[in-house]
Amino acid sequence: MSVNPMLDVIVTDVVEVNSLIKRFHFKLPDGSPLPAFSGGAHVVIEMQDGEQIRRTPYSLMSSPLDTSDYQISIRRDDEGRGGSLYMHREVSKGMKMRLSPPTNLFALDNRSGKQLMIAGGIGITPFLAQTAQMIARGGAFELHYGVRSRELGSYIDELGARIGHRLHCYIGDEGQKIDFDGLLSSQPAGTHVYVCGPEPMINHVLERAKANGWPDSHVHYEHFAKAPAGQPFTFELKASGKTIEVGENQSMLEAMEAAGIDAPYLCRGGACGHCESDVIEVDGEVQHEDHWLDDDEKASGKKIMPCVSRFCGKRLVIDR
Amino acid sequence: MSTASKIEFRDETFRDDFTFKNSPETVLRAPFPFDNDEYMYAVNMELHKDGKKGTAFEQPIDVDEHYLSEMHDRALVLDEDPLRCQSLPHMTLAGWDTLELLMVSKAEGYPDLFSLSRDGDNWHWINRPMNIDQKFVFGDETTLPYGPLEYITRQAQGDFCVLDERDGNLWMDAGMVTTQADWSLDFDIGMNFFEWHAPVPLAHEKGIFKRALKYLLAIQQSNPARRLNWTMTVNPRLDTSPEHYHQWGPENTHITPENVADKLFLRIELQSFWRLPRSNGMLFPIRCYMLSMRDLTTVPKWAKRFHRVLNTLPPEIGSYKGLDNFRQIAIDYLANYDDGKDTSPGPFPD
Repeated sequence: MSVNPMLDVIVTDVVEVNSLIKRFHFKLPDGSPLPAFSGGAHVVIEMQDGEQIRRTPYSLMSSPLDTSDYQISIRRDDEGRGGSLYMHREVSKGMKMRLSPPTNLFALDNRSGKQLMIAGGIGITPFLAQTAQMIARGGAFELHYGVRSRELGSYIDELGARIGHRLHCYIGDEGQKIDFDGLLSSQPAGTHVYVCGPEPMINHVLERAKANGWPDSHVHYEHFAKAPAGQPFTFELKASGKTIEVGENQSMLEAMEAAGIDAPYLCRGGACGHCESDVIEVDGEVQHEDHWLDDDEKASGKKIMPCVSRFCGKRLVIDR
Repeated sequence: MSTASKIEFRDETFRDDFTFKNSPETVLRAPFPFDNDEYMYAVNMELHKDGKKGTAFEQPIDVDEHYLSEMHDRALVLDEDPLRCQSLPHMTLAGWDTLELLMVSKAEGYPDLFSLSRDGDNWHWINRPMNIDQKFVFGDETTLPYGPLEYITRQAQGDFCVLDERDGNLWMDAGMVTTQADWSLDFDIGMNFFEWHAPVPLAHEKGIFKRALKYLLAIQQSNPARRLNWTMTVNPRLDTSPEHYHQWGPENTHITPENVADKLFLRIELQSFWRLPRSNGMLFPIRCYMLSMRDLTTVPKWAKRFHRVLNTLPPEIGSYKGLDNFRQIAIDYLANYDDGKDTSPGPFPD
């Protein structure tokens, strides 16, 4: 049996939110409710892109209180490996697709006195679900949302109607900026901070939180590294005895899946640790691209995260 | 997938006169925990689904002939000691998750015994064996006689720990615990995974708990997992709690060669692990099955194998499990049923 069970769904709507972002709606074919989830959860979408199967994680943005459908928003990335381009160009209403059940790697701490949420751009999506859950449950929260321009500020109006004064928007091309130090130095004790957005923003919040004395346990972030493109290479699998070729626009994990290996994964973005594999032999350089292994583990050359990392050299054998 | 359940519920006790007994069918379907002749701690986890027909794994939440009597015993424990069920304030949502999981699973697995109809948040639950017919609003505690966790676990066999996930760890922040092998929810509440496992010998050094936690944190919706654990109990007593040690502790010295067959029990825990969808917490049911030494001898493979397990068990583990007073008596009794021949692979009867 597969370690990765999937849900068969139908695309029930595709909505153009603005010039870069489309929203996709999914339902079960018989219309019955989809599995319940918690705010911050993502699903992995399986895309049959020609010969290649892509699997990409996206945060669920619809309300956890209404599982009649799942909604996700995808920003078109013209530079990426093609997942968002496939969704924007090829996916239309009525199509059948497959999704993983929801997984939450960015959950709210339910004990928190106050939730401080910070979003940048398309990083707003998990907070759409979390704020819906917070309103139903009660409890203090604030959402600070930075966008490049008013035109690209997806869901500002809906959020404003839903959460009112708890929404603070910062429009970049109108000269508005989030005052991170001001925010992080003025919170009541017991507040948890959550950040989702571009990598530089996440890193900045983590750094300013540390500088302002926040304990790590109260700082949460979600960052899906994108599996980078790179030179093709070959590696070997010890347990299954196969040799795997990795293409330029393919990850090691995708190449294993294409070869029929049922490898474990959850986030497919180098964050959750689920695909961690032992390196049995290496002659060359492992290019670590994940957020999971610490610097010592990376330097040891004994571990690799096949969902994002690559290899350059003569020989690599891992334990799958 | 449902089971055509022709379960005859037994009327029996787990205290005082101890009238608990297994029918021969119930012995055969027990989740015997040894898949070979030696026992050592291991991260012995497997997926908890597609269970073998005619075993305790057939339904993800198992109901057997002891259901009504176990629920009566739980009610007696709670009358005396309400703190056996606790839920820290942030765990209410996980309680609703638990209620949903147990109601849906029972209604799907045993439609002749349980039914659940849902119209939005208006739910209607029928538990025929317990004569319960309850309409309530999902998410609204005022529409149930107890909180959601206590309400449903007064109707489900086994103990239930509800764990919160945060800081890369699991925290025992709620539970219903009345059929435990000498541990206390009131003592462990609020502890994390390493803290509540601190007393277990040998396993920490082997890195078992670090690996087990990693495995547990990766468990996602629709992929529940299980493992088996075991100990031994004198008399078929479900509530062997530290709070009541003065009642059951002295009985550990009461085993003799004359009474060992019917007074000493292999106590098996079927532990399962479920990701809870709305709270992102985890449900950890610990279901207890008891087989007397005489029950074991009705399955030749099990008597042989348990004899060999007891013979080769590291002494630290025997002491931790509290077997020192009767281990040798059990070995001597089971030796009569061990012909020294090989046993077949796997845990199931031949």
